[in-house]
Amino acid sequence: MNQTPAYTTHHPRWYRTRISTYWWSRKWAYFRFIVRELSSIAVAYFVVLTLMQIHALRQGAEAYAAFEEWLRRPLLVTLNAISLFFLLYHAITWFNLAPKAIAARFRGKRIPDILITGSNYGAWLAISVGLVWLLSRG
Amino acid sequence: MTKRSNEPFLWFLFSAGGVVAAFLMPVLLFLQGLAFPLGWLRPSGYERTIVLLEHPLTRLLLFAMCSLPLFHWAHRFRFTLYDGLQIKHLNELISFFCYGGAIAGTALAGYFLWSIP
Repeated sequence: MNQTPAYTTHHPRWYRTRISTYWWSRKWAYFRFIVRELSSIAVAYFVVLTLMQIHALRQGAEAYAAFEEWLRRPLLVTLNAISLFFLLYHAITWFNLAPKAIAARFRGKRIPDILITGSNYGAWLAISVGLVWLLSRG
Repeated sequence: MTKRSNEPFLWFLFSAGGVVAAFLMPVLLFLQGLAFPLGWLRPSGYERTIVLLEHPLTRLLLFAMCSLPLFHWAHRFRFTLYDGLQIKHLNELISFFCYGGAIAGTALAGYFLWSIP
């Protein structure tokens, strides 16, 4: 409302209907949109957790053992389970949107969406299995 | 002359961060946050993790995994507050808080990973 264009002193009052702050709770699709956007908080949280882990690793074996012990607290396990849900939601919505962002063409024809989505899911699976193999000893 | 918008650059960081977060984060949080603490899987241990961490490629990857997703968060969170809660009058403050946080996190990650003994 206060973004008044500089070229006129008397511009007509803009017609804008007021939208409730809770507009996203009215419809399931809107709600899913907000959940998707909020998944970014879990993304930031995981970065903080990673930074803490790197810091603990830098400080030595004892500090790292304390960090691992801290992660065993029920509160942390619960928080991480909730965050994992949001991270999965982020990943799935991201891969499903990929064909819309990557409108790739091959010999003049658009590559079918399912191929792009499929290859994303395939790569996701491969990376995940690879990291489990790399970071755990079974 | 019109002012160049830096929105495309921020969108690029948002997008790159989204890709990194989608591919790497779920499995890492599953391992670190659930599988290891609850004893479903055994972690490879401090010694092996340190060896892994000392490799330049791991550090580069970790740096990307910290920095880009923070910009992803900054961008999304900023617009969630803007559209979702319609906090439009605090736009500058919110941008400063979001991108400033991402820059601070990037600097911290850079320092941590650069100065590993």
